[in-house]
Amino acid sequence: MAIQRLFIANRGEIAVRVVKAAKTLGIHTIQAHSEADTEMLAVKLADEAVCVGPAPSKDSYLNISAILEAAKATNADAIHPGYGFLSESPAFARTVEEAGLIFVGPSADTIERMGDKVAARQAAEAAGVPVVPGSEGRIDVSEALTVAKKIGYPVMIKAAAGGGGRGIRIAKDEAELKTLAPQAKAEAEAAFGDGGLYIERAILSPRHIEVQILGDGENAVHCYERECSLQRRRQKVWEEAGAMCLDDETRESLCTSAVALAKAVNYRGAGTLEYLYDEAANEFYFIEMNTRIQVEHPVTEMVTGVDLVAEMIKVCGGAKLSMTQDEIERTGHAIEVRLCAEDPFMNFMPWPGVVSALKEPSGEGVRFDHFLSEGYQIPPFYDSLLGKVIVHADTREAAIDKLVMALESMEIGGTKTTAPLHLALAADPEVRKGAFHTQWLEPWLEAGNLSATKGDAA
Amino acid sequence: MSAIQSPLPGTFYHKPSPEEPPFKAPGDKVAVGDQIGLVEVMKTFIAVNSEVEGTFKGYSVEDATPVTAGAVLAELE
Repeated sequence: MAIQRLFIANRGEIAVRVVKAAKTLGIHTIQAHSEADTEMLAVKLADEAVCVGPAPSKDSYLNISAILEAAKATNADAIHPGYGFLSESPAFARTVEEAGLIFVGPSADTIERMGDKVAARQAAEAAGVPVVPGSEGRIDVSEALTVAKKIGYPVMIKAAAGGGGRGIRIAKDEAELKTLAPQAKAEAEAAFGDGGLYIERAILSPRHIEVQILGDGENAVHCYERECSLQRRRQKVWEEAGAMCLDDETRESLCTSAVALAKAVNYRGAGTLEYLYDEAANEFYFIEMNTRIQVEHPVTEMVTGVDLVAEMIKVCGGAKLSMTQDEIERTGHAIEVRLCAEDPFMNFMPWPGVVSALKEPSGEGVRFDHFLSEGYQIPPFYDSLLGKVIVHADTREAAIDKLVMALESMEIGGTKTTAPLHLALAADPEVRKGAFHTQWLEPWLEAGNLSATKGDAA
Repeated sequence: MSAIQSPLPGTFYHKPSPEEPPFKAPGDKVAVGDQIGLVEVMKTFIAVNSEVEGTFKGYSVEDATPVTAGAVLAELE
């Protein structure tokens, strides 16, 4: 049954994006908001809006029972979780399913399976997707040495129970591993109450490449890859489609591997498989799957012309994929930069001001996904992402030129933004060449490249 | 008597973490630069330090409450 009344359990620019996509499909939109978000753009654009709790996320956007109650009270038949917040919570997806509503995403079981590091890795291996050589599941300190010898140094040691970057150590030889493994175990015990370890070969200075997939529960297709190697504190700041470092043969096998895994788990909705790419060896390794729409989805939309958000709503409403793989073609190159309410010259200090003036970047091949309006007080309670400037051109060089023009023509008064960072990056010769990796941006910032270009960056 | 104001809008916390005691208790000596709380703004925690010295009188707002820039967070005697 197709979705008729969609409840959007998110905020910011992605809520705006979902409301707009739903409207093009003729779906009635119901926007959730916290007490601090009554003035946000998605509330104004949606057909109706409902308050789900106080400003803190844990009391509103992360409050499963409040969201379910609001969805039922407004007669929603489906819930879109956006990204972040509850989008990858199996408990939330399960609650939505059990309430008889449609969760716009994969099943709770798929979210759970792909959210578990070990289970996701096993699913990838079973589907023939290359993974970083590592231990088979959890190991103890003595096993770590044997496994490391087999997979080769340097190795990365992680807590088996951990998430994110917490407790990760790198040992370049056996002597270092002998020192670091017991430390990692002690820290894992303290942090997670579980001293189990996990080790894998450390791919130093990899590039971050990911593949966009779409599935309808039976069939799956890919919409090619993105490169998101420019990161600060593990947050992506600049994303591209496609990845210029890949040759056609590698791109083909990368994207084919992603589809194989999506089909193997009967994936429904939009999803992304993230890989590390070792440029010197021309090898890629699956690291994790994100079972939701991503911040950087617009670059894929720009090069393929596929409306990922509309398609995910349709397939989750029960439709079959509206396209076959050979209908998905890519043209040109797209770049997205994330505009955050931060002062890049003051160590990215958050800066939630009042938007005093707003002049959007515009032009052919320029897109601006955001949730701003003049007079809008940016709430301090949530993350700092204000929007994304996305450009599309025939070549990567032309796309960077267009990005510079777009950023220079844009005006967001009354708040600081990270636009100067993007202008400085666009002017950097290494960025122009595409010669970077995930460990590139932080040393570049520490070396003072941003402040040095302050005067002429704009 | 002097007031310590919030440098930014956000959520004000009395304690370094939920399990720990507040930074200051009534009657504590406060030196210039002493931390009296934290403001969480856009998922970043900013220390609130006293710019004056005195004796801590008390917090003016509850722990974990939303505050505006310039809001009085605590008072010194």
